Amino acid sequence: MQSATHISWFRDVGLADRPQVGGKGGSLGELQRAGIDVPPGFVVRTEAFEHFIASLERQAPVRARVEVLDEGDLAGITAVSVELRARCEAEPLPEDLQHHILAAYQALGTGVGDPIVAVRSSATTEDAVDASFAGLQDTFLWVMQPEEVLRKIRSCWASLYSVESISYRRRQRFPESAVAMAVVVQKMVDARTAGVMFTRSPTTGDKSVITIEGAWGLGSAVVGGEVTPDRWVLGKITGEIPVRDISDKAIRHVPLATGGVAEEPVDEAQRRAPCLSDEELQALRKVGRAVERHYGRAQDIEWAIDRHSGSLLLLQSRPETVWSNKDARPAVAQAADPMLHVMSIFGGKK
Amino acid sequence: MTSTVEQRGFPLPSSMKVIPGTEAAQAAYPYHIQFTKTDDERFWFYNSMHFPEPMSAFDMVTAEAAYCALGAANTRVHCLPTTLGIDHRIINGRVYIGGNGVTDPAEIERRTAEFQQRAFYYYEHWETLYAQWKQKMLTLIEDAQALPAPVLPEFEPLAHVHAGRGIAANHQLLVTYQKTLEGYFRMWHHHFEFLLLGYGAYLTLFGFCKKVFPEITDQTIARMVSGIEAEIFRPDEELRRLARHAVEQNVDSHFQDGLTAEQILATLGEAGEPGQSWLDALEKARHPWFNINVGDGFYHYHRGWNDDLSMPFAALPEYMKRVRAGESLDREIGRLQAERAELIADYRELLETDEDRATYDQMITLAQRVFPYVEGHKFYCEHWYTNLFFNKIREFGALLSEAGFFPATADVFHLTHYELEAAIIDLMNSWASGSPPRGPSHWPAIVAERKAAIAEWAKHDTPPALGPIPDVIDDPAIVMLWGITRESLDRWLTAGDDKDSNEVRGFAASSGVVEGPARIVRSVEEISRLQPGDILVCQVTNPTWAPIFQKIRAAVSDIGGSMSHAAIVAREYGLPAVVGTGNATSKIKDGQMIRVDGGRGIVTLL
Repeated sequence: MQSATHISWFRDVGLADRPQVGGKGGSLGELQRAGIDVPPGFVVRTEAFEHFIASLERQAPVRARVEVLDEGDLAGITAVSVELRARCEAEPLPEDLQHHILAAYQALGTGVGDPIVAVRSSATTEDAVDASFAGLQDTFLWVMQPEEVLRKIRSCWASLYSVESISYRRRQRFPESAVAMAVVVQKMVDARTAGVMFTRSPTTGDKSVITIEGAWGLGSAVVGGEVTPDRWVLGKITGEIPVRDISDKAIRHVPLATGGVAEEPVDEAQRRAPCLSDEELQALRKVGRAVERHYGRAQDIEWAIDRHSGSLLLLQSRPETVWSNKDARPAVAQAADPMLHVMSIFGGKK
Repeated sequence: MTSTVEQRGFPLPSSMKVIPGTEAAQAAYPYHIQFTKTDDERFWFYNSMHFPEPMSAFDMVTAEAAYCALGAANTRVHCLPTTLGIDHRIINGRVYIGGNGVTDPAEIERRTAEFQQRAFYYYEHWETLYAQWKQKMLTLIEDAQALPAPVLPEFEPLAHVHAGRGIAANHQLLVTYQKTLEGYFRMWHHHFEFLLLGYGAYLTLFGFCKKVFPEITDQTIARMVSGIEAEIFRPDEELRRLARHAVEQNVDSHFQDGLTAEQILATLGEAGEPGQSWLDALEKARHPWFNINVGDGFYHYHRGWNDDLSMPFAALPEYMKRVRAGESLDREIGRLQAERAELIADYRELLETDEDRATYDQMITLAQRVFPYVEGHKFYCEHWYTNLFFNKIREFGALLSEAGFFPATADVFHLTHYELEAAIIDLMNSWASGSPPRGPSHWPAIVAERKAAIAEWAKHDTPPALGPIPDVIDDPAIVMLWGITRESLDRWLTAGDDKDSNEVRGFAASSGVVEGPARIVRSVEEISRLQPGDILVCQVTNPTWAPIFQKIRAAVSDIGGSMSHAAIVAREYGLPAVVGTGNATSKIKDGQMIRVDGGRGIVTLL
C-alpha cells in the first residue's frame, strides 16, 4: 500500500473525505483550506485502520466476535472488549504503515528532537452518532516519541472496542464491517490560553452573538470542566462585549517535560485576571465569523493561543447541533399592513 | 390597572408625612395635586426621571402642562386602547405619577377601533405631519420671541395716546403673561402630538429584535434607527466648528483656563479682524443652536448655553487641542450612514426565515420614519421653547423684584403660576392707582419659607413608589417613557437589602469597561472640576453636556433609560455608560476609584 492511502496531510483533505479521515480530520483540512490557522498535522486514514485490522484478523477473528454479541450480554461484551483491546494495544503495526506514519511524524518537526503532538481519534460516523461517541473516543496530548505516537494511535483504535462503544453499536445494530476510525496527529500548541467558542449563544440560540470561554494553559482544562473559564459574549456584527465574566481560575493544564499533561495551580496574581485581551477577543470573533461563513452554519470551535508566538490557532471546529436542528419558524406573525405590528405595543397583553 | 397588595410593598400615600416646618410650602401647590385618602387605592411612582429634585412652586407648571397634554393625546386624540392619561401628585416637592389603565375588554376593543383610525393615519402621513409640526413649532417660537419685555413706563407713551390705543401698559403685562403661559401649555401639546406613537413604533422594532436576537444590546437596536443628522447633535457640532475656526484664525490662545466666558469674549473683541471673525461665527452658531439647556429643561435653573456660555466654552480648549493635533472633528455623515446600513443588513442576514426578514424590513422602515421626531422634538420643545419661557418669566421676576416683591429675580419661581398672575395684577393695580403694591409686604416671607422648604426636602430621600403594587404594568405609556416594569419594581423593593454591596446597578447604556476616579457632579457649576480621565457621576447625564464627554472616560447617572439622550451621546463618543442607577451620586464618593461596565450596567466600587 502507498502512503497516500494511509496518510493524508490536512491541506489535502476536506469535509468530503470524511469517510476516510473522520470528522475531526476533515474539519481540520477544511479549515486550513479556508485559510484559517490550524496547527500542522496529518490524518492516519481509515485505510490504515483497515490494514491493521486485516493483519489482526489473519491471526484470529475480530469483527465476527463482536457481531455475535447480544446487546444485553454485558458479561460477554466485557470479555470480548478486554480481549480485543489487549490485542489492538499489543499488535505491532504492519511495517509499511509504521514507516508511513513515522515519516509523516518526523516531517512535523524542525529536525531538532522529536516533534510534540496530540493524537486524537477522528470518528467517521454521522453528527448525532458522533456526538454520542465523542466521550468514548480518546485524545492524547503532549505525545513526544515515535514509539509513543504509534502506541497512542493503537490506543485510539482500541477505544472502538471499549465496553461502551461495543454496547452502543450492538444497541444500534451497527454493522461491524462499517466500523472504522481515522486518527489525527497534530503538532501540539503550548497554549498560554485556550478554550472554546460558539458562534451563537448556547443558552438562547441567538445568532447575533459569539460566546467565548477560555482559561490559562491548555484547553483540556476547559473542555474537561476542571476550571471555570472566563466567559465573554461578543456582538457578532458589532464587536461590542456586553458580557465579561472573569472567574477565579485556580488551576491550569501544562505540558510535562516527559510527555503528557499535568495540572498546576495558577499564580495568585493571574487567577482573577482575564485570560484574553480585547484584541484577542476580536481576533477570535473574526476567525469565528470566517469559519461560520465557510460552513454556512453555526460552529462550536476549540482554539488556543500559542505561548511563544502569541498566534491564535484553531484546534477543531464542528457544527453546532442543538439550536440548528430546531425548526426555523417566523418569530412573529406576518402582517400585510406594517402598522398592525405596533399593536403588539399598544394593544395590550392578549 | 388591576392590583393586589403584596406582603412586601411600598408605603401608602396617606402614610407619607409632610416634612415638619414645610407644611405651608406644601400647601402652596394646587389642591388637585395634593394626595388624599382615595389615592391609597392606586399605585404611584416617583417621577425621578423628569423631576429628580424638589420642584419649586412655579416649576410645577411643567408637570401640570405636560400631563395635560400627554393625557389629552393618549385619552382623547389618539385613543390608546389600554391606557388613558397620567395623574400627578406632589408631596415634599416630589412629583408622583400614576397611570390610568383601561382593563375592560369591550372598552379596549372600542378604543382599538378609534386608535387605528387615528394613529395609523399619523404613521401613514408621518413625514407630512412632521414637516407641518416643525412649522408649527417655529411659529410658536416666533410668537414667544415677539412678546414684549414687561415694562411699566411712568406715563403712557404719547404715541400710544395719539394713536388712540385706549389700552394702557399695565394691561399689556397681563397679555404678555397669559400668552407666555398659554404658549407653554400649547408647546406641550405639540410635544406629545407624536411622542407615544414614535416610541411605540420604535419599541415594536425593539421587541422584535429582542425576540429574534435575545442577547442583542439595546444600544445596537438604537443604532439601527438613530438619526444621523438629528438636531440634538447640532450644538456640539457647532462647537467643534467654532474650535476649528479659532485655530484657523489663530485666536485659540485666548481660551485659557481660569478665564470666564466674558473675559474671553472681551479679549477676542480686542483681537482685531481674526477675533471679530470668530465672534461673528459664534453669533451665527448661537442662533438657534445654543438654545439648548444644561438640563432637561424642566427646572427654571436649567439655563441655556445662550444664557450661560461657561458650558460651551469649557469644552472649547479640548476641541482646539484636537484640531491642532490634526484631528478632523467632523462627524462623517456619509460614513455613519453607510455603517448604519451595513449594520441593518448584517443583522437581517442572520434572520432564519423570509417571513421574519419581511417583518424586520417593515419595522425598520417604520422606526426610521418616526425617529427624527423622537430625537428631534427635544431640541424644539424641552430646550429652545423652555428657555424662552423661563427667560420671559425671569423678566417678570426682574420687574417684580425691582418693585420690591422679593429680593432676587429668580425668587419669582417660588410663586405658583396662579400666584404670579395675582402678583402681576397687584403691580398693575398699584401702577394704576398710584398706591404702593401690596406684594412687598406679602411675598418676601413666603419666598423665604419656600426656599427653606426646597432646601429641606432635598435633604430627604423619598420612596420610589407608593401604594399597592400592580400585578402587571401593561400601560404602554409608562413602560415606554419611564421603563417601569414589574421587574424594576421588584428591584426597587430589594434595593435597600444590600447596603454593603460594592456594586451599583443601572441600565446598560453604552458598552465598554473602564476604571477611573469618580467625579460627583451635582450641578453645572461643578463641571469645571472634571479632569481628563475622570468618570462622571451625576444625577442626570444630559445631552447638552456632550462637549464634556470628550474629557471623561465613562458616565454614570442616577436617572435615565437606555434610550435617554445621555445614553445616545455616550454611544456617539464610544464611552461606557450606566444610567438610571437610582443612587450612584449618594453611594459613590468623590474621588473614589470605580469600574464602569457599560455593557452590563454595573458600577463596581474598588
